[in-house]
Amino acid sequence: MDFSFSTEQTLLKDSVVRFVQDEYDFDTRRKLVASEEGFSRDNWAKFAELGWLSMPLPEDYGGLGGSAVETMILMEAFGTGLVAEPYMPTVILGAGLVEAAGSEAQKQEILPAVAGGEMMLAFGFAEPQSRFNLADITTTAEASNGGFVLNGKKSVVFGAPSANKIIVSARTGGGQRDADGVSLFMLDADAAGLARRDYRTVDGLRAADLTLDGVKAGPETVLGEVGGALGAIEQVTDHAIAALCAEAVGAMQVLHDTTNEYLKTRKQFGVPIGKFQVLQHRMVDMFIELEQSRSMTYMVTLKLDEDEAERKKAASGAKAQIGKAGKFVGAQSVQLHGGMGMTDELNVGHFYKRLMMIDTMFGNTDHHLKRFAALTQ
Amino acid sequence: MDLAFTPEETAFREEVRAFIAENLSPELAEKVRSGHHLEKEDLRSWHRILADKGWIAPNWPVDHGGIDWSPAQKYIFDEECAKAGAPPLSPFGLTMVAPVIFTFGSDEQKAYHLPKIHAGEHFWCQGYSEPGSGSDLASLRTKAERDGDDYVVNGHKVWTTHAHFADWIFCLVRTDPDAKQQEGISFLLIDMKSPGITVRPIITIDEGHSINEVFLDNVRVPRSNLVGEENKGWTYAKFLLGHERTGIANVADSKVRIEKLKEIARAELTDGSPLIRDPAFSRKIADTEVDLTALEMTNLRTLADESEGKAPGPEASMLKIRGAELTQRIDELLVEAVGYYANPYELPEHGRNEPTVGPDYADGVLAHHLYMRATTIYGGSNEIQKNIIAKMVLGL
Repeated sequence: MDFSFSTEQTLLKDSVVRFVQDEYDFDTRRKLVASEEGFSRDNWAKFAELGWLSMPLPEDYGGLGGSAVETMILMEAFGTGLVAEPYMPTVILGAGLVEAAGSEAQKQEILPAVAGGEMMLAFGFAEPQSRFNLADITTTAEASNGGFVLNGKKSVVFGAPSANKIIVSARTGGGQRDADGVSLFMLDADAAGLARRDYRTVDGLRAADLTLDGVKAGPETVLGEVGGALGAIEQVTDHAIAALCAEAVGAMQVLHDTTNEYLKTRKQFGVPIGKFQVLQHRMVDMFIELEQSRSMTYMVTLKLDEDEAERKKAASGAKAQIGKAGKFVGAQSVQLHGGMGMTDELNVGHFYKRLMMIDTMFGNTDHHLKRFAALTQ
Repeated sequence: MDLAFTPEETAFREEVRAFIAENLSPELAEKVRSGHHLEKEDLRSWHRILADKGWIAPNWPVDHGGIDWSPAQKYIFDEECAKAGAPPLSPFGLTMVAPVIFTFGSDEQKAYHLPKIHAGEHFWCQGYSEPGSGSDLASLRTKAERDGDDYVVNGHKVWTTHAHFADWIFCLVRTDPDAKQQEGISFLLIDMKSPGITVRPIITIDEGHSINEVFLDNVRVPRSNLVGEENKGWTYAKFLLGHERTGIANVADSKVRIEKLKEIARAELTDGSPLIRDPAFSRKIADTEVDLTALEMTNLRTLADESEGKAPGPEASMLKIRGAELTQRIDELLVEAVGYYANPYELPEHGRNEPTVGPDYADGVLAHHLYMRATTIYGGSNEIQKNIIAKMVLGL
């Protein structure tokens, strides 16, 4: 039992924390998310150069073979700066799926390119009717001429506007919510019949809704086993949940520190408002939720390689905690900042919006409590 | 970072488990699981078994009969004891007064008291709270006045757990009425057989008896029973509160009780199917279990810090806050789970020999729930713990 970082991990942490402090201050971030692409290609090149894009990828494919702990360190620091570069869609989800399900040729093609910063990815798994059920898929992939033809819709695909390739889940068999019959296809972003409606999200990121209208997908686009991809999808989204939890902890830490400082400096009735017990106790509740969230983030990060049931239980437990804590810490930070908390000018509301959206990502607290219950009854 | 226990720790767990299986009587384990109040003999018999094994005092220095367990080993030991239904050891001697004695006490005090506490020969209770001094403990008024080689103690202590079977009491008393509140307090060890001590039971809302009032009326206490220096008692009291903070989360016990909750929820039916399948109820269980998992991890982080020699700081107050809340939430769910059979209320001390009304698992559920309302009050209420974090951690 050990919760300390190795020397290499501490160095990684220092470097990413320094990046956020020096090059990702709030005003810089605001300009970035208001730009055409919503992030900086220069930053992306820097991420490649610093080894952050290759961090979790296997060494055989240009990666550094880092563990989930390294990913946690990166994501937590990204959370403190609300980093908008599409690390999650490209590295965690896209490259994660290729590593988990891809053929040798696909790994050779994709992973080194991701590590080098030349390839961006996205993963479309949600559909208008699916809510948080990863197996609820109406997009169809019908066999045709040795390949497949895809038809359907994918909702809120983060990172899709900038992706070179977009991975989508589709049904090659089974009923609408069956575990069997789910397949993955890695499509070129400009594939014929793939239409994107790009937009920005409330927290400044970029996403797209996809319409697949007779998209032809050759056999080389199939990622993993035809009809048997759900296991890989669940595994990769559980890894993504761990990363997202770390990002949320970073965001909560900033809100906690900022709000605590505000309580010491803002004066009303002739005293700092932090002298009022009702506000002290609220702040303590926020502190406890942050620490509990950090604990759960450590837990899920360290349990990702355990057997499937343990992994799912850890991911759902952590995500339920993060969803609930993130919304609480976010909302209370706005509340304790009073009118200032309502302004777009202050960073507080921006962190709050990100934490709200993190709750919906990969299933909210309700969804994960239900999954946790099913696994622990 | 690594969550796994070492092979040595896993072997230690097996050893503890085997020892408990061999030495803990099933009757006692059953009594503990039911949640009823325990008697002195229940506590003493288990204390002696552990003392004979040399496992009674993991937080003591080895030369006083302690045992050099790592924080992980202590955690494993507590967890195995809770799982097996071992009675909780009386903390007042072992984990409260003993560290004060071996840290600040005289050689005579160490030589006399520590072996008796270790052997389970003397049971202790804690004379802190008074009718007018609860959260504001430093306002206490029980006074000790010098008279020759003695102090003469007069006052009134309250909420004194196990005073009715304690041999000794450690008391905070006022020795300098003119000093600032915290500075006129001393730490006295008092023999419960001293003339002038009266113990009156306090029956709690569960109709059980564990706590008492203690009246001290011209009680003569040898000055040699003063711990450390006169008027420095508050320092020792604070030291005591800072000791053994990680057990306060009560995680091991709560894990056992949440399993009991699930067992009951599997057996109870609602609309013909198990209660545990009811979406509303299963959500409440899951929500509670997630919070408990988070608390367990926070507790482990504190333990890991301790292993590296970092004493748990004031942030450990959150273990008390969340631990007490979870104890109560689980107990509330247990009451909900048994439905109508929360109603029959026949305590062992009522002396009936008939089998319990309703399912066995319902026995004691309500009594335990009622008594556990105290967890958010004692040892510094949850509100006081929040004040501590606000001041000491957040700097507000």
